[in-house]
Parts: sequence; structure tokens; C-alpha cells
Amino acid sequence: MPTSEPNDFFHGSVGIVQTQVATFDSLTLEGGETITPLEIAYETYGTLNQKKDNAILVCHALSGDAHAAGFHEGDKRPGWWDYYIGPGKAFDTNRYFIISSNVIGGCKGSSGPLSTNGNTGKPFQSTFPFVSIGDMVNAQEKLIRHFGIHKLFAVAGGSMGGMQALQWSVAYPDRLKNCIVMASSSEHSAQQIAFNEVGRQAILSDPNWNQGLYTQEKRPSKGLALARMMGHITYLSDEMMREKFGRKPPKGNIQSTDFAVGSYLIYQGESFVDRFDANSYIYVTKALDHFSLGTGKELTKVLSKVRCRFLVIAYTSDWLYPPYQSEEIVKSLEVNAVPVSFIELNNPAGHDSFLLPSEEQDSILRDFLSATDEGGFF
Amino acid sequence: MNIHTNETLGLDLKNRPDISYIANLIKPGERVLDLGCGYGELMLILKNKGVRVQGIEKDDKCIIQCVKKSLYVHHGDIDDGLKHHLDHSFDFVILNQTIQQTLNPGNIIKECLRIGKQVIIVFPNFSHWQIRTSILLSGKTPVTDLMPFHWYDTPNLHYLSGKDFEDFCEFERIKVLHRAFFNRTRQIKLFPNLFATLALFVIRA
Repeated sequence: MPTSEPNDFFHGSVGIVQTQVATFDSLTLEGGETITPLEIAYETYGTLNQKKDNAILVCHALSGDAHAAGFHEGDKRPGWWDYYIGPGKAFDTNRYFIISSNVIGGCKGSSGPLSTNGNTGKPFQSTFPFVSIGDMVNAQEKLIRHFGIHKLFAVAGGSMGGMQALQWSVAYPDRLKNCIVMASSSEHSAQQIAFNEVGRQAILSDPNWNQGLYTQEKRPSKGLALARMMGHITYLSDEMMREKFGRKPPKGNIQSTDFAVGSYLIYQGESFVDRFDANSYIYVTKALDHFSLGTGKELTKVLSKVRCRFLVIAYTSDWLYPPYQSEEIVKSLEVNAVPVSFIELNNPAGHDSFLLPSEEQDSILRDFLSATDEGGFF
Repeated sequence: MNIHTNETLGLDLKNRPDISYIANLIKPGERVLDLGCGYGELMLILKNKGVRVQGIEKDDKCIIQCVKKSLYVHHGDIDDGLKHHLDHSFDFVILNQTIQQTLNPGNIIKECLRIGKQVIIVFPNFSHWQIRTSILLSGKTPVTDLMPFHWYDTPNLHYLSGKDFEDFCEFERIKVLHRAFFNRTRQIKLFPNLFATLALFVIRA
């Protein structure tokens, strides 16, 4: 549960929105293969100004999509970052032009395993080429150029979105003014790869897996649901789970789930299957595991390219992306004399904290973006 | 430091003699690291002067206020180390009423001398006459305007005087470039170890 009830500053909605798709000729991937054509699903909120210098790119996490704010027709729940995007909110749509795009390799409208292979007329599925975080960012760059934007006011994201933001700052150092990295890391630790590997193995061991060439009627749903259950545990915290579920068992039962937390995870797993694709899960978690800007001196060298201001946010209760990983990024930026602010918020919600309403987080995002500082440190 | 007191102090901070002394030492364009920067009042004064300043602070409420002031602050504890900073990467490292609250002041000062070309240290002067009299007359740990805490709730872990710091520098062969003593309103030149509430030293390795 959120630390505080949504306050006044969380009110205000961008209203009804629609996901759109931009199509480009092709994108050459870091691995050498080419996606033809390249499709990117995206949404925008607010208005791009004449100088085209008020655009903020918002990058989503693993299971997110282009729908970051407002409501789709008939939806009961808004986009994944609606607490922070809207008129008068931290990402103020009266001031900024917000762009949220779905990553390539995903399954929510951008080129990925569900896209049709022109040569066969069938979906690529597991024959889609390997996609990296760098490729996702290069695809976003095409979208930004399509809007005629040379320099983004900011790139922001949490978790995998934070990795994209970080990648932006080194791949296109002159194309962004501010970079916001939340609950993220410069590379996955063995533990983070381990969690992802268990998820992937759950999918691979589903009887319907068929090397990723499954039919939509016979999908590896059980495996994907298990992967999501595993993931979901890592997104929460011990404290949250204790508060939310405690131990609540009705009666000892060997045949089925008898704990509240078990039913909750099963529900999360099953509902995930309806909105996500097993192949995409594998592509995107692989992209996460392979992303590496290094640590220590190596990271410091990579980040010497950076030319923007930074805000880095970590959460004390986040045991999936522990605060030391954020601090590693901050220290490497500081050595390069990059203007950077770092805060570790004491939100009890674990890794998912960046998605939830918090007065402190709202204030720090809002103030960081509002603080105009043309000079910087360079 | 009691952060609430500190925030109200911020209003007249600019007029305080110790603060303007520090601001006069540092030139525009120089790089400064402020350790235990609190709400960032000193940093803001320096920033407005064109100094490239960044801070470290362990209180998250302070960090939020610093970001509001468009300052760059690292949420952390200086007792956990400053290792990642390169030798002489800052023109000045400032310890403004911070050193008495750290666990290991000796090590921190040495680290500051490594990463800063010069180090500015300001601390409450424990040999001020009011403190001396208070101990002498009451036989109790003093609670004064300068150190308004009881033994059980104080953030101050160490008590030192101007003379103590001189001895430390001599023993460690640290070069003292400037020394200045203050009370709330003015610089104290006569018998500073007795009459000053604040001691300021500028040192280098």
C-alpha cells in the first residue's frame, strides 16, 4: 500500500488517451541484425512548445508499456505513472510534453516477438533478434527525431526505465538536459540475473513452450505465471508482505494454496498471462541481464561522457535493486564532476516504490525538474 | 545539529560573520564539497556567488530542501567514507559545524585533506567562558545557546576547543593557513579561546 493516501497534488488527469504507433524504415541492432520495419507504440501528454525544448521521455519498467498516464476508453485504472504525470503534477503536462514509448522486444505494440515476419507472414516469436537496452534507446531516439526534438528536457525512468535513462545519458550525451534514474542499476548483479533466470526457466519448462514457437491457443501460460509470481515477490518488501498478508491460513490444506499471500501471487501470475507474452518476457529480461555500464572505475570512465544533470533515487526497502547500486552510479558521476542529487527514500513498499504515490518523491521530482540551472558543473 | 533550529538560522545566515568569512575565502568557479550541508543555506550563498558546490547530508528532509534550492546533494553519511573522491578534486572541503558530530573526526579530517586543496573547519568552541563557568558552578554538562542539547539527546559526539584543534594540527603536521573566531554577531580577536563561540580554521596537508 502507498505510504500516504493520494494527496491533492496527485489529482488532475490527462483524461482519455490513445496509444499510437510510429513506423520507421528500419533499425540496425547492436547485434548487427536489422528490424524492418521498426514500429514504436507511444503516447504523449501535454503540448510540445515552439522551441521543442520542453519534452520529457518517460521510460517504462519490465512489464510496463506506452500507457503511462490518463485512461484508455472504458478503463477503470489509469496508466502506470498517473500519480506523477498530469496537469499540475510533478511531470506537469501544462509545462512539459511527455512522451512514453513501449520498448522494442516488448509485446504492447512496438516491434517484438509478436510482430509479423514479412518473409513468412507469421509472428517472429522466438526468431526475433536479440534486443539490448541500447537498442531500445536507439529506437526511442528515432521517435524523438520524428517529433523534431533535438534535445530532451529530461529522460526519466525507474528500474529498467532507469537503465534506459542512464543509457540515454551516455549514448546521446548532448540530447538531454536532465536524467532521472530511480530504483535502478548500472548492471545486474548475479542475484538479479538469478531471479530472472528462474523466471525464464519456468517458461522454458512449460509443456507448451515449444522453443518459443507456441500457438496463441496453447501458450506457456503456467510458466509465464510462475515467472511473474517469482518476479512479484522481488518487487515487494518483507514489511509490505507482512502488513498485507501476515500468515493468514484458514485450514491446513495439502492440495491447494491456503495462505493469503499464495492466493495473491497466483492471482498476479494468472492476470499477467492475459496481458503479457512469454517470449517478450524472455527478450526483455535478457536485455536487462546483459545491460552493463560496469561498476567502479569502469563505470566512472563510461559516465565521463555525461553532459546532463542527474537525479538518482533509491529506496531503503528495495532489496531487488538495493540502494548501493544507485550510490555506485552517483559516486561515478561525482568523480566526473557531474551535477547530481541522490536521495534514498524510506518508502516501505520495496522495489515498486517508484510507481506508488509518495509526497517526498513527488516533491523531489517536481523540484528537480523546476530548478533551472543552465550553468551546471561542466 | 538540530535541523529545525538550523532552518530558522538560515534567514539571517548571510549576515553572520563566520558565513561571510567563508564566502569571502572562495572564488567563483571554484569547486567546493560541503560535508553535512544541512538545509544548504551556505551552499546557496556560495552557489549564488558562482561557486560549483555539492554537498553530503544524511537527513532526507534536508536533501528535499536542498533540491528545492536547486543544489546538488548526496544522501549519505560521511562516516561511511569519501573514498571515491579523487585526490585534490575540490578547491575547498567544508566541515561547517559537522566535525563534532562525526564518529571518527581524525580520519575524516585526513580524508578531507586528501580530496580538498584546502579544508575549512568550523566548530563550536567548548572553552567559551559561559561553558567553563557553567561546568565550574553547576558541576553539570553545560546546556548553552551554542550547544542547546542535553547529554542524552545531543548529536554532538565530541567537544573541542580552538586550542585542542591547534594541538591536533601540530601533532598531525597539518598546516594552518587561517584561523578566525566568532560569536553570533562579530569576529573575536581578543582572547578568542575564552570569548568565541565558534572557531574557524583553514588548513591544508
